[in-house]
This record gives sequence, C-alpha cells and structure tokens, in this order.
Amino acid sequence: MDKPLNNRAWLFVLPVLVFVLFSSLLPVMTVVNYSVQDTMGQNNFFWNGIAWFQNLLDPSTDIGGRFANALVRNLLFSFVVLALELPLGIAVAICIPRHGWKVGASLVAIALPLLIPWNVVGTIWQIFARADIGLLGAALNGLGIPYNDTQDPTSAWATIVVMDVWHWTGMVALLAYAGLKSIPDAFYQAARIDGAGRWSIFRNIELPKMQKVLVIAVLLRFMESFMIYTEPSVVTGGGPGESTSFLSLDLVKIALGQVDLGNAAAMSLVYNLITLTICYAFFTVMTQLDRRKDV
Amino acid sequence: MRINGRSLGIAAYLVMLFLPIYWLLNMSFKTNGEIVSSLSFWPHRPTLANYGHIFHDPAWYLGFVHSLSYVLLNTVISVTIALPAAYAFSRFRFLGDKHLFFWLLSNLMAPPAVYAMPFFNFYYSIGLFDTVWAVALAHCLFNVPLAVWILEGFISGVPREIDETAALDGYSFPRFFVKIFLPLIGNGIGVAAFFCFMFSWVEQLLATTLTTVNAKPIAAVMSRVYSAAGMDWGLLAAAGVLTMIPGAIVIWFVRNHIAKGFALGRV
Repeated sequence: MDKPLNNRAWLFVLPVLVFVLFSSLLPVMTVVNYSVQDTMGQNNFFWNGIAWFQNLLDPSTDIGGRFANALVRNLLFSFVVLALELPLGIAVAICIPRHGWKVGASLVAIALPLLIPWNVVGTIWQIFARADIGLLGAALNGLGIPYNDTQDPTSAWATIVVMDVWHWTGMVALLAYAGLKSIPDAFYQAARIDGAGRWSIFRNIELPKMQKVLVIAVLLRFMESFMIYTEPSVVTGGGPGESTSFLSLDLVKIALGQVDLGNAAAMSLVYNLITLTICYAFFTVMTQLDRRKDV
Repeated sequence: MRINGRSLGIAAYLVMLFLPIYWLLNMSFKTNGEIVSSLSFWPHRPTLANYGHIFHDPAWYLGFVHSLSYVLLNTVISVTIALPAAYAFSRFRFLGDKHLFFWLLSNLMAPPAVYAMPFFNFYYSIGLFDTVWAVALAHCLFNVPLAVWILEGFISGVPREIDETAALDGYSFPRFFVKIFLPLIGNGIGVAAFFCFMFSWVEQLLATTLTTVNAKPIAAVMSRVYSAAGMDWGLLAAAGVLTMIPGAIVIWFVRNHIAKGFALGRV
C-alpha cells in the first residue's frame, strides 16, 4: 500500500498501451462511427443521430424486441450456469485428492476441457447429443425421454447448459482448489479438537477462505457466459427458431450475416456497456476484498 | 469413510468429464458407414483412415500449423510487453494507474463478437488480413490485459526489498530485471504464457473471421466437413481429437502451478 509515486512508470506501461489501443480503440471507433450513420449503399454514409439507439432500446420495434429477448435469454443462461457450476465446482475441489500422483492427474484431467478449442467443444457435444449417432441422445431416447436438440427448444437449452457445465466447471474447481490449498493444516486440527463436523468446517473455515477466488470465478464465468458464441453456434446455430440465440450469436447474425451495420453497431455498444457495468461492479467488490485482506 | 466419499465424488466427476471425449475418440476410429449404420461402444472395424487423411491433406494439417503459429506469436508478444507493465503496476503509483488498470481489464470483458466486424475492416485495410499476424495481433486484445493481470499478481508476491538490495549492490535496472527478477517470477511467466496459449488456442470467432485461405485455422478447416456431400463425422471426430493434444501437453507442464495460476496469482 505504500508504493512510491513514480510517473516514469508510464514508460513501462507504454508498450501495452500502444498494443491495446491499436487493437481496441481503433475498432471501437469504427463501431461508434457506424452507430450514428446510415448508408444508402456504395459507401455513402450520412448522419443518423441516435436513431439506431432509439430503435434498439425500444422493445416494440423489430430490432428492439429481438435485442430485449436475446438479453433476457442470455441473462437467464448466465444465471443458470453460474447456479450450477459454482456449487459443483466447489464440491469437486473438495473431492480433489491432497497427496501423491493423483493430485497432478486429477488437476490435468479437470483442466482438459478448458484447453479444447471452443468449436471442438461444440463438435464434441453435437456428436454426443445427436439422437441418431450420439450416446447421450440415443440413451435418453432409449429411456423413453423425448429428446432432440435440433428440433425441440427445451432439449436444445438443456444441451447447451450441460455443455457449458461440462466445459467450465473445471475452472471453478481449480479456483476453489487454489483457495482450499491456502488453508493451513492447523485450522483443520483445531476444528477437529473443537469437534466440528464436516458441514461446519466447510461453513466456517473453507468457505471464507475461498471467498476471494470465488469472486474471481463468478466474474470470469459471468463474462464468458455472457459472451458465449462459438459452442452454441456449432451445436444449435441459435435454434431451433430463436430459442438459443444469445447476444453474441444475434449480433454476429446482424453484423456479418445481414451486414446491417447501423443496428449491429448500436447493439455492439449497448452490449459492451452492459458487460462493462456489471464487470465494474464485480471488480469493485474484488479490490475491496483485496484491501480488507491487506489491512 | 470420508476419504471414500471424496474419491467416489472425484471419480464420478471424471467419468462425466470423459464420457463425451470417449465418444469422440470412439467415432474417430470408425468409418462413416459404421457411424451412421449402428450405435456401438467401440469400433468393430477400427480404422486409422480419418487420421491418415488429416496428415496427408495439406488443407488439414496446415490448419494446425496456422493455428499453432498465431498462438505462439501471440503468446510471445503478450508476455513480453506485459512484463514491464505488470512490474510498473505492482511497484509504483502513477498518474491514472487505477483507471488504466481497469481500462485494460475492460478489454478482457469485451465480447469478441463486438470486434469481429471492425477487426475485419481494419485488418483488411492495413493489408494484414488472412495472415497469422492478424490473428496474433487481434488476440492481443484480451491476452495482453490477462497477462498483465496475472503477472501483476505474481510480481506483488516478490518482496520489494529485493529490488532495493539489488540496486544497492550496484545492479543496473535492466541487468537486475533480467538476471535476478525474471528467474524469481519464473512460475508466473509460465502461468501467464499458459493462459495466453489457452485463450488464443480456444478462441475461434476472431480467428475464423480474420482469415480466409492462407492462414485458415484448424477450426475453419473443420467447418468444411459440414457442407460437402453430407457430414464426414469420422474425419470431424479425428480432427477434434487432435486439437486436444497441444492443450493436454501444455497443461502437463504447468500442472503444479495451474491452481495458483487460475487464481491469477492471488491466493
């Protein structure tokens, strides 16, 4: 906390600044540019004020309704996967062995899905879930549960949620495990002497110690699930109908599919702003926790 | 009793984890005829033809080469420029440091879908479109801030007295940084490089948007099997299996630091 004030530190930051400006500010300015203009084709752009934004934020218009639906769908998705992945990740972390070769082996296995390219994650689940050639789809149908992830919206949602849990629970588990590892053995010994049960050890020792990493987990998981694109685009392509069209899927459809620049740009900016606001809240909580620990 | 419950729990999770992967592996050794005609738990007529096709068709194996080249380029660039910045954030206060840090992180939170269209225009206009450089630079958008964040955590774990002692011993700053400091944060550098590798390797939206022919990543090559004459499931599965290998190798190298790394050095 008593870091010296030194403005020459800017020189150290300069390369990063140049790189990130180059790859973030320039493109964002293009988006801002499109968001206030309209075109008649042939690269003739004219000023359009805030009309795109008005359309977008008014749910009674075509694009506005579409955006509102995608937003609600995406928030619901983020909420569902967080609600599933956090408890499951913590449970897995508690189950990770503490000694011997099994530790390394479990960690590598748990981390493996995180290193699979996202389109391949989609491919794996596309194959696994198909009713005709997939183990999951065939097994469910065999048990008499009607399941078809390309025809039925409920199946499609379930598939995407299970896929996300499969894909990302490992990250929550690794974070929680890092928190657990920082607890000294003495804490557990003291708890045993006090006659604390498993639940009260969890509630009073493990959970508080994991608090900080769990905030990071929530932040990372929220971010990633809020911008999910590749996996559902492979498995369901946003369908059936619009049932799994999350924000990024919709945006790419509008921007690169329909080349509807004005709407896409306005949507990009609002989308970005929502993400930023939510993440800023998380970030503030995180730095606050950091400070509390330092004191 | 408790030990048993825990082993059972982890075993159940790992089974769930490997079931879809097993199915992919199973399919990759089958012919398309066998895949479509019947459901079986192991290939009855195992074949290596799918893998053979990938290793003999330049369109396929070059996909892997392109992907790995932009990933490695990006990792080197990101970690190199992030190091001094992370040092500055960890050691000094300076004008606007907190705002700058959040602004950097905000790029980590920006949805790639927002950038797909402007990046396309931008890299096209500067003539880098369809090169591995375009993808490597585009991935800097989120990998540079990530590397700064991770390295800052690890650097803050090194006491500042070490910097001061080195200065008293007559080390110039560059010599201190390279000879003493870098070895001290070796783990952090490894973890940061691992994360840059990971996020560049798994990201597909920008990688496929910014390339068409000459730098096509493996993901784009894989999407080809969807169009021509029905699905080539066996080939798709084999390519999928191969994309898991580089990831598995790098995890093995960082397995002892991975937990701390995921906590961004902040445990």
